[in-house]
Amino acid sequence: MGGIKTAGDLVARMQLKKMRLNEAKAYVADKLGVSTFDLSDSTLMRTLREELDIGTVTAVPGIAKGLEAKARIADLLDIKFNCVERLKAKTGLTEAVKV
Amino acid sequence: MAVIKTRMGDGSTVEMTRDEIRADVIQGSEAAAKKGKIPTLEENEYDYLVDMFCSPSRIWGVERGHEAIMSKDGSVNTLCSSRLSSGIAAPLGREAAIRLFESAFAFDSMEVGHLDYSVKPCKFIATVEQEHMELLQHITILPLFYGFMPNLGLYYRPDGQFPNPSDLLPLGKLDEARKSQEEALEACRQDVVWLSKQMIDVSADGVNYDTVASTGDAEFLATLRACEHISGATDMAVEIGMAAEMVLGFHGELEYDGKRLAGMWPHQQMKVVEKAGASIFGPVVNTNSRKSCAWNVARAVTFVKACTAEATIPIHPNVGNGVGGVPMFEVSPIDMVTRASAAMIEIGKADGL
Repeated sequence: MGGIKTAGDLVARMQLKKMRLNEAKAYVADKLGVSTFDLSDSTLMRTLREELDIGTVTAVPGIAKGLEAKARIADLLDIKFNCVERLKAKTGLTEAVKV
Repeated sequence: MAVIKTRMGDGSTVEMTRDEIRADVIQGSEAAAKKGKIPTLEENEYDYLVDMFCSPSRIWGVERGHEAIMSKDGSVNTLCSSRLSSGIAAPLGREAAIRLFESAFAFDSMEVGHLDYSVKPCKFIATVEQEHMELLQHITILPLFYGFMPNLGLYYRPDGQFPNPSDLLPLGKLDEARKSQEEALEACRQDVVWLSKQMIDVSADGVNYDTVASTGDAEFLATLRACEHISGATDMAVEIGMAAEMVLGFHGELEYDGKRLAGMWPHQQMKVVEKAGASIFGPVVNTNSRKSCAWNVARAVTFVKACTAEATIPIHPNVGNGVGGVPMFEVSPIDMVTRASAAMIEIGKADGL
């Protein structure tokens, strides 16, 4: 689907929650405020990902990287990531950075 | 009549007419239907496949908006390993290779895994594997599985401690062969659960049990029981990818959820995988190297369509060398990989590959 070039990583996250493809796309599209068609559009998603600060496929200084991006994605999708929960526990933070 | 250049299941180029391709597509679907006792494809689906194979275009793809999710087995072996994984032995560490899969190849998910990839050797280096997972969780964004094979074969002599059923069965020692498999599968299950828990401890997003049932029904049962344990006791996602299209009955009497595992086809495997609590199922359909790719893709898609028709979890069919309609050859021809992949999604209704 295009991974972090599009919204492929976000849809994949929902498949880990046992959502079939169309259900997962609908869930992510709703959270992002775009259509399911837009999720695979690398042009649209490149800009949107930078606006949401959830990581971009190209290297842009200042944009959230790795675990920073995942903390924001977890909040955006309203799901828990094991690594983000661990970050909170290790740092004593009770909540990740709000999107 | 126009001649179309397409391929056989061994990758070699073959010339066929449109009528010959249509005949192969229908026969491939009927072959799957007969084996699996499932419906054949429908007329409009035959038309799609025939048009696809008759197109001179080098590559094929899905309609925009129909893109599906990619999950991966074999970790970064295609970059870091040798020809045994169609690898190029690139001088890269796993961290760099996984970053490439994320950013350069735009994979939707990825997995960390060891070159050997079997649970038995991996458990001895679990702390090393944990370090890779921890580091990669810091620097990647996409979901990261830890992948490995249950590979029950390594638990039998001479590699393991249990008597080898392949030695016992030719001697007619059926009871001894079955007893050995029952003991070995429990040892394997314990190792799979243990290694999975090590990865939970370092925040993996999921585990991918790959090449499952490579040694038959006992290995499948070990994997299902391990999946049931991990899915029930943790919130970790489990993906189960199969080794072959049918579960071989080396034991023959093993059951899960009251269903005999030996002889199960993909749509039947999917049911027990769902019951075990898996998040994603990866069915396999073997490629027949003596048949055309048109025949093989039609057959593979027919099996996968029967899976997705009733599945409640995402289905990611294996589309690689020798499976899913892709030729059995070390270097996959892009014309057939793209056709098999698109057909899996458009006709098979796969949620991913």
